Amino acid sequence: MYAYDQYDQQMVDARVAEFRDQTRRRLEGTLSEDKFRPLRLQNGLYLQLHAYMLRVAVPYGTLSAAQMRMLGDIADKYDRGYGHFTTRQNIQYNWIKLEDAPDILADLASVEMHAIQTSGNCIRNISADQYAGATPDELIDPRPYAELLRQWSSFHPEFLALPRKFKICVIASDTDRAAMRLHDIGIQIVKNEAGEIGCAFYVGGGMGRTPMIAPLIRDFVPLDQLITYSEACLRVYNRYGRRDNKYKARIKILVHELGKDEYARQVEEEFAHLQTQGIEPPIAELERIKAHFTDPAFNTAASDEIDLSNADFARWVRANTAPHKAAGYAIVNISLKPLPREGVAGIPGDATADQIRTMADLALAYSFDELRVTHTQNIVLPHVKKADLFALWQALVAADLATANLDAITDIIACPGLDYCSLANARSIPVAQKISERFADAGKSDAIGELKLKISGCINACGHHHAGHIGILGVDRKGTENYQLLLGGCEGADTSLGQITGPGFNEDGIVDAVEKATDVYLANKQGEERFLDTYRRIGMAPFKEAIYG
Amino acid sequence: MVEVQFRFRDDEVVADPAVTVDAFGEQTNAAAVRIEPGDDARALLPHLERLKLVEVNFPAFTDGRGYSSARILREAGYAGELRAVGDIGVDQLSHLKRCGFDAIAPEVELDPAEAETAFAVWPQVYQATGDNRKPIWALRHGK
Repeated sequence: MYAYDQYDQQMVDARVAEFRDQTRRRLEGTLSEDKFRPLRLQNGLYLQLHAYMLRVAVPYGTLSAAQMRMLGDIADKYDRGYGHFTTRQNIQYNWIKLEDAPDILADLASVEMHAIQTSGNCIRNISADQYAGATPDELIDPRPYAELLRQWSSFHPEFLALPRKFKICVIASDTDRAAMRLHDIGIQIVKNEAGEIGCAFYVGGGMGRTPMIAPLIRDFVPLDQLITYSEACLRVYNRYGRRDNKYKARIKILVHELGKDEYARQVEEEFAHLQTQGIEPPIAELERIKAHFTDPAFNTAASDEIDLSNADFARWVRANTAPHKAAGYAIVNISLKPLPREGVAGIPGDATADQIRTMADLALAYSFDELRVTHTQNIVLPHVKKADLFALWQALVAADLATANLDAITDIIACPGLDYCSLANARSIPVAQKISERFADAGKSDAIGELKLKISGCINACGHHHAGHIGILGVDRKGTENYQLLLGGCEGADTSLGQITGPGFNEDGIVDAVEKATDVYLANKQGEERFLDTYRRIGMAPFKEAIYG
Repeated sequence: MVEVQFRFRDDEVVADPAVTVDAFGEQTNAAAVRIEPGDDARALLPHLERLKLVEVNFPAFTDGRGYSSARILREAGYAGELRAVGDIGVDQLSHLKRCGFDAIAPEVELDPAEAETAFAVWPQVYQATGDNRKPIWALRHGK
């Protein structure tokens, strides 16, 4: 993992001091809320319905055990004993006091963490494939490139007052696990015909009220021009992105209105100019960063055998582990989508302080001191010896963290919704809980198999409803919560956007509608088809008929 | 005219009235021009020789187009006064300076002590922005 040097540490320390001073001026009243707002947002601090919410950056989703432990301690010390992992691989605390925020940032800085640019109209935390460095299907570990971009984008003085927020994602695998093409810039590390490594740039994707899949803008940017090309993309956006209407201010609208070819042409022009300006870090800097991401010392004699005689354990292994590039190892997913206990399901993405510390301990014991946060709001232990899986599973069971439902219908992505968020029109969490309760029976969920269900409590789409095999969008209809159903979205390599089935439902109605949709799938499924495959083959009509007929 | 509160040049403050970018193209003797957020700073590039002052207006501090305008002018070799005017608070000062501004005239005068702290906020910088500060990557690799 990346470790700060003196410079990185100085920068986060400077940020803590700066924010402490801004908070002091705000509390003393010399800084108005209007002026303070954009500043606190760039430190991840939102004013929500009940309290301040602090969003902490987890760069490219990677954490050490000590960092994870700190996240648990912060939940206890400053919040109500839990945290919420987000769809951008970050963590949010929902009950923060403004006067505590500088101290929290100082605590974070003590473990090389921060909340820099986790909100506001700037370049946000860089996200990446949660299986980076562990999966056999990647070309190369994408995280060094993400770290290079993190440093470039941190406090970049030209890009701190963009038309709107700006999200960058880096992957290096054709199996896109990070919704790369639904970002403002999606970068895929690729190899060209000459065998050189470089970056394919997809620009102008996003969800929100106008979902768009990013088009390819340049198929190959050499590694020694990555920063320069990124800067060109951003400068064209900063100068020409719309500022007259915040709903049309994302780069997707600019790329769409100009057309991808014209946007690409303008970027090329700016790129040619910027190449004369000496803004690119030397390749030696990328090599320095890369040295932090070398493989851990895998035991080359580790056995590939797993004793699956315990049925519950076997079910969890099948559902929640993924193949690892090293023989004898597995990638382990810890689901933060607990099934109902005493009738009530858990809140997607939430973990208690104790659970967070337990996961930290387990990472230290079984995963070379490393964890990942996923955009599906789960946690990954990337490097677990197969021989350790049973002991790990037992520890997870004891911490109520062994739910075996990865990518199942109960592994729901949900935004905080109207329970917390000041933008929301409807609650997301209770709908997620009800769906989880309806499908909790393992037989039912197992029969359905992979079904990615995503819920947003408003049109801003933080719950990725456009990209769900089944998506649910909460809206406000004449003062009551109403839920629209979407089918056929996908955030993977074959990215697609879901289509609305028709009129919306109330809270119970939407759960019934989801069940009817799964019934249509089960009745029409051929061979190994997933819900999404069946939907793509038979189309919307049979689903509509079952749901509204 | 709003007072220049911060200046990082030794020459005389340019007192010429700044004309709009459109008017500047027509007036062959104008030496001072004012850029609004929607103006293309590159329209000035053929005339840099005769320019002594470029004012870049920030009607709202949340509109960051002026930062790009400033860098474009400096990248093209403009060496005259580059003045930020408008809705500028102490928390924008370091960014303005990093993008090449060497004069700042905030609409509302800023507290001098707070401004001093703000200018000094970053011990080092991550990016090369043409402000002559060595970025961290250069320090790391002895460039």
